[in-house]
Amino acid sequence: MAETINAFKFSDKALAEIQRYISHYPEGRQKSALLPALHVAQAENNGWVSPEAMDAIAEILNIQPIEVYEVATFYTMFNLKPVGKHVLEVCRTGPCCLRGADQMIETFKQKLNIEEGETTADGMFTLKPVECLASCGTGPMLQVRETYYENLDSEEAVDQFLEMMRNKEVETPEWAK
Amino acid sequence: MGIKILTEHINVPGIETLEVYRKHGGYRSVEKAIKTMTPDEVVEEVKTSGLRGRGGAGFPAGMKWSFLAKPEGVPRYLVCNADESEPGTFKDRVFMEKNPHALVEGMITSSYALGANTSYIYIRGELLFILRILEKAIAEAYAAGLLGKNILGSGYDLDLHVAPGGGAYICGEETALLESLEGKRGNPRNKPPFPAVKGLFQSPTVVNNVETIASVPWIVNNSGAEYAKIGIGRSTGTKLISASGNINRPGVYEIELGVPVEEFIYSDEYCGGIWKGKQLKAVVPGGSSVPILPANLIMKTAAGEDRLMTYESLSDGGFVSGSMLGSGAFIVFDEDQCIVRNTWNYARFYHHESCGQCSPCREGTGWMERVLHRIEHGHGHQQDIDLLVSVAKQIEGNTICPLGDAAAWPVASAIRHFREEFEWHIKHPQEAIAPGAVYRGQLAATTV
Repeated sequence: MAETINAFKFSDKALAEIQRYISHYPEGRQKSALLPALHVAQAENNGWVSPEAMDAIAEILNIQPIEVYEVATFYTMFNLKPVGKHVLEVCRTGPCCLRGADQMIETFKQKLNIEEGETTADGMFTLKPVECLASCGTGPMLQVRETYYENLDSEEAVDQFLEMMRNKEVETPEWAK
Repeated sequence: MGIKILTEHINVPGIETLEVYRKHGGYRSVEKAIKTMTPDEVVEEVKTSGLRGRGGAGFPAGMKWSFLAKPEGVPRYLVCNADESEPGTFKDRVFMEKNPHALVEGMITSSYALGANTSYIYIRGELLFILRILEKAIAEAYAAGLLGKNILGSGYDLDLHVAPGGGAYICGEETALLESLEGKRGNPRNKPPFPAVKGLFQSPTVVNNVETIASVPWIVNNSGAEYAKIGIGRSTGTKLISASGNINRPGVYEIELGVPVEEFIYSDEYCGGIWKGKQLKAVVPGGSSVPILPANLIMKTAAGEDRLMTYESLSDGGFVSGSMLGSGAFIVFDEDQCIVRNTWNYARFYHHESCGQCSPCREGTGWMERVLHRIEHGHGHQQDIDLLVSVAKQIEGNTICPLGDAAAWPVASAIRHFREEFEWHIKHPQEAIAPGAVYRGQLAATTV
């Protein structure tokens, strides 16, 4: 067997969370817990889902690894490569643009000195443009893990946000507390 | 001030707890339905109410319920569509975040009507923080005997679970949603069979939007006939409108269907007028998929009648001069907004979100995005406008699910109503690409 680069093992709390989801579905329909399991894996694995994590999910759900890969690659929330400590998921869709989303994204690019999809050299931030996050009344906005940050409509607001995030630890999901 | 069915108590402190929610009349519909009504009687009330699906299609909810197949010994499911992803739409998000028990109550009463013993709320994955809020509310409902075995001693059992998506607009389409709920890629299914016959786990299933389900308790408490008295004609009841864009007061407003569009835009009760004292240029009244209308046509129909916030009035004139109420996402553009840029933005969205199953959508959305990108960036060709119209036409109606139509309509309508602006971009690329440049030649003719 080839040496694994990203060895992965779920914590007990993570396993319990996945089992909780499996219990929501009828006997034999445990595959339904796949998306929840991918969210759990991503939270456990520094914000991205590695092939090893996907294989671990396949084993738990008793499905083929390809069934996990094809789903993980379809949904945009799952990061399939390593990411920075904080992934800034910035909304780039029409309604937010009417309130200045393009300028907000430009400001992030300048302040962080990265392009869309890139991670800062210190590994602190990844800038990931995403589509509408159902926050059109409070745009421009972005998401980091399970939190929305809204009304980032000025350079000062972006500065304050970045300052706050630099000192912030990664959120612990409810099930891991 | 109209009647508030969904938002009356939404700002009461603590309304997210069972205790406070019950103090304000919460869960009465569960008691009433389970103890005094048969499931069919509940379905009849919803039919009488005229309530129409609030997710965008506007199909009568009671009728959808009555299509549900009921073979012996096969489970039936109610699935709540909380995948709110249509650009401009954020009403369900705000509603669930503030008043989760109102959705839980609607799920219990509706599940009882449909004879479902297991129900799911499928929520878009980005809203994991609201999934936690809903799970808290559900746990409280279990503890109070409103969920689980033998609800309120009636012999009726119901389990309710929340399931997260993973980031995919397409999963708001009901069959893609069911695929996703089964742990698969969100590729829409061919219909028939319809979900009412073969839905979740191949069993009969009803899929309803959050707002639709949350409207059921009021109907059960007050009767379908009372609900039908609200609104105008076949647009009964109230509607949550997500107001966004260049207005003074963006937010979610519950309106009685029938409020004039002009009042909705300019009254301080709602949008509060165009921000910074600017002029209104255009409105997309029902979410990014529906046709955009210039100011004159959003205020008045082609026949000169006041446009109202109803399914019928907003679609008056068909796609020649009308649009749709859709999901009630009211996106407002001021005079400084560029229609070409916005259309390109939407085209990029649909290209990004196409599941890739049907060639017209998979190829056509990318094609439109590329053509619009070059027009917006000063490299447009003379024949590009007709090319866009042609591509849009070839997508429309030629795909398994409505995403194809949803991608085609914004492009087709932007060209229909703002053709001059597209032509200006192509004829004057240097002017058009200057920062902040906007074509104003058409503004006077379309302003009211």
